[in-house]
Amino acid sequence: MGKPIKIKAKIKGDVAEVKALMPHPMESGVRVDADTGEVVPKHYIEEVVCKHNGNVVNTAFWGTGVSKNPYMAFKFKGAKSGDKLEISWRDNTGDTSVKEITFK
Amino acid sequence: MKLQRRALIKSLFTAAAVLAVPRFVFASRPDAAFDADNADSVVSDLFDGPITESDQIMLKVPDIAENGAVVPVTVSTDLADVEAISVMVENNPTPLVAMFELSPQSVPEISVRIKMGESSKVQTVVKAGGKYYSASKEVKVTIGGCGG
Repeated sequence: MGKPIKIKAKIKGDVAEVKALMPHPMESGVRVDADTGEVVPKHYIEEVVCKHNGNVVNTAFWGTGVSKNPYMAFKFKGAKSGDKLEISWRDNTGDTSVKEITFK
Repeated sequence: MKLQRRALIKSLFTAAAVLAVPRFVFASRPDAAFDADNADSVVSDLFDGPITESDQIMLKVPDIAENGAVVPVTVSTDLADVEAISVMVENNPTPLVAMFELSPQSVPEISVRIKMGESSKVQTVVKAGGKYYSASKEVKVTIGGCGG
């Protein structure tokens, strides 16, 4: 299980503004470890799925070029207080992390 | 002879179907495009139509990135029926950085932080109403970020 996702979400009018921070090394597979002199293997998030009340609103496909501890922000319409928001990721090793929040 | 031809035609159709599906429905990650080591391959892998430059796309990225390991990018657009937003860094070892598929419920505005190995053109391609539009910007990197 990957590290927990941090989500900040608020509703303005009927638009939900979501910010998510996902602690993850995001190793590109080209970085050389300064101590061992060996190339650190690729280890990165490939896919992030964001659901509003169970419906997918945003799917992000990522390569190795997304920064370490990825941050993403997005917006969607039709959200109201009490609605659920679920964000999950899967990395190239098959590891996953899921977080669900309820809009205030 | 006839049977062989039929089998051949059938296999051609199957191959065409297999090739066509990932282009129109991005239900799964376009792995080949993410592995491609040059921007031209990414474009030909990912976009099955002409790309038009559009001033209705706002690509917000710094002119000078002091730390290439963390470069904030925000893409928003006034275009209608946005289906996907992709972000590419031309000079990165693998230029395709991210691709966001948006449902009709989405507001077409996304932010993400990316790595840049060196100064490069940053390009975004927006798929809207089945067509492709782009915007790009040159970003100067003082310390490269692909090693870290």
